[in-house]
Amino acid sequence: MLEIRNLHVAIEDGSKKILNGLDLTIHNGEVAAIMGPNGSGKSTLSYVIAGKPDYEILDGEILLDGENLLEMEADARAAAGVFLAFQYPLEIPGVATMTFLKAAMNAQSRARGEGELKTPDFMRRVKLGAEKLGIPQEMLRRGLNVGFSGGEKKRMEILQMALLEPSIGILDETDSGLDIDALKIVSEGVNALRSADRSFLVITHYQRLLNYIVPDTVHVMSKGRIVKTGGKELALELEANGYADYVSDVAA
Amino acid sequence: MATVTPLKTSAELSLLAQAEGNKAVRQNSFARYAAKGLPHRRIEAYHYTDIRALMKDAPAPAKAVGVPPKDFVFGDIDAFVLTIIDGQVASDTAVGLAGLSINISHEAPDDGLATHTVFPSDGDPIIALNAAFVDQTLRLSVDGIVDKPVLLRFITTGAVSAYSRVVVEVADGASFTLIESHECASGGVTNSVVEIAAGHDVSMEHIRVNLADKNATILTSLGGRMGARSALTSGNFVTGGALSRHQVFLRFEGEGATATISGASMLKDRQQADTTLVVDHSVPECVSREHFAHVLDGEATGVFQGKIIVRPHAQKTDGKMMSRAVLLADGATMNNKPELEIFADDVQCGHGATVGALDDDLLFYLRARGLPKPEAEALMLQAFVGEALEMIAHEGMRERLESLSEAWLKARG
Repeated sequence: MLEIRNLHVAIEDGSKKILNGLDLTIHNGEVAAIMGPNGSGKSTLSYVIAGKPDYEILDGEILLDGENLLEMEADARAAAGVFLAFQYPLEIPGVATMTFLKAAMNAQSRARGEGELKTPDFMRRVKLGAEKLGIPQEMLRRGLNVGFSGGEKKRMEILQMALLEPSIGILDETDSGLDIDALKIVSEGVNALRSADRSFLVITHYQRLLNYIVPDTVHVMSKGRIVKTGGKELALELEANGYADYVSDVAA
Repeated sequence: MATVTPLKTSAELSLLAQAEGNKAVRQNSFARYAAKGLPHRRIEAYHYTDIRALMKDAPAPAKAVGVPPKDFVFGDIDAFVLTIIDGQVASDTAVGLAGLSINISHEAPDDGLATHTVFPSDGDPIIALNAAFVDQTLRLSVDGIVDKPVLLRFITTGAVSAYSRVVVEVADGASFTLIESHECASGGVTNSVVEIAAGHDVSMEHIRVNLADKNATILTSLGGRMGARSALTSGNFVTGGALSRHQVFLRFEGEGATATISGASMLKDRQQADTTLVVDHSVPECVSREHFAHVLDGEATGVFQGKIIVRPHAQKTDGKMMSRAVLLADGATMNNKPELEIFADDVQCGHGATVGALDDDLLFYLRARGLPKPEAEALMLQAFVGEALEMIAHEGMRERLESLSEAWLKARG
């Protein structure tokens, strides 16, 4: 269970507040969607949960299964079960995708006090996962994300999530830059990972993604807070009416 | 007005004492050195590496050859190994390879005045010192395709100066791989010069590795002349030496030749390593690629000086030079001096130089996948150094240098 309580966050120099007392609870097995206009703080929320160091936490707490994430470095949070699928995955020339995947999986196993994966087991898991997402073997030998299209990068993020088996997967605008076919593949990849002990936080601008990854709860974010919470029908309402109502509500 | 003569440093005084009245020292070459003394920051080519200030001592050459270390990091590379201990060839040179003949002579070496010299004609002091003090010239004549690399294992066994000179002549159409490995003990000074003269249609690879002790001085010079349609790759890998300088003087003498020159230096503490490169496009339609990477930790200093000269008739020259440095600590310094001197009008030349810290966003991406900071940094640095090492063609050496760079990163912790 992920619990965010009264979270206040500014960018590092403290000059600009981005999150203003955000509260959000995501239960095990739940898929929660966050929607909101540009600049409402959605991406910041995902970075703050994952542990990006550019932010100043002014108040509040983030608990994952009772553990305080804010006291951990990014790599410790990953080992504790946080996975962030980046909106813009980064390229690492010179590091083969396979090498990177193995380093990441082994680092997390070590951090949890488990043994390292045996190479044949690792190869088998990667091969299986890659096939499901339509990722050719040739891509796995290339530098991580180097020369990949937008869709390929997003599929690679989902492959990483499948291999790292987090307890919460955060998808930061995973639908951006995807055509409809890629969107379907990525969504199927996410749906295959849904389970009773894994939850998701899906951040998106548009309702379209939520046709494929059907959420249990939908939260509207504006000016750094959750201003409305509802079921999946709330997404449809937003699609029809836009965010105007919520933006003015908070200002009042 | 009286002429002010600068006071000589103790290293300069030692060199004078070693040369004076010594018949084994070539006095005309020594005079070319002594005219200016050890180079310092007011000499343009040495502006960033003040040898006079940095070289604490110039120990005398060894009286007898010392005892080399047993372990050899490249011992299992399939190569013909020639060991040069304290400036003396210690291996049996009669056991040759097909296409290769080896000869040792005591001729006067080039100090920048030979007919076809590629060395500075006004006398580079490091090369002049080498020409003055070196005893043997090791001549490798290649006439055909030599199927095994020749690995020159240079060892300076103690606090002595070791001078060595290697001349490589590669006949038309021949193919050859030359590896230089430099081990130099604490307090030692290595001064080696390698001259390569390649005919036309030659395929040649050269790899130089500096694994000197962290209290050693290691000064190496490479001269290269390339005939038409020849291809040369030269890779340099540095982790050793308190003070090291590797100079490359390369001249294209026949059309359609290509050269790929790369280097990776990984330095820490107060190490300083200098790479100085002059590539002279004196004929048309030659291609040169230069890529240098520096990883600098602690209070280390990296220097890259690269000059591409395009002579008036050298049309269709294609030259690209890149120097990249990562600074891992506040005390680390990088000096980049790329230069293009272009006298032809139909050429493609470019250069770039970057100095910076590791990319924070990339670091976060790796850490968000569970890699602890040191491991994430090591992965990024390995990729950074790998860009330069990738240009080395010999697979066994490339892999060995990759693991040496990994070991360096691991030791950093």
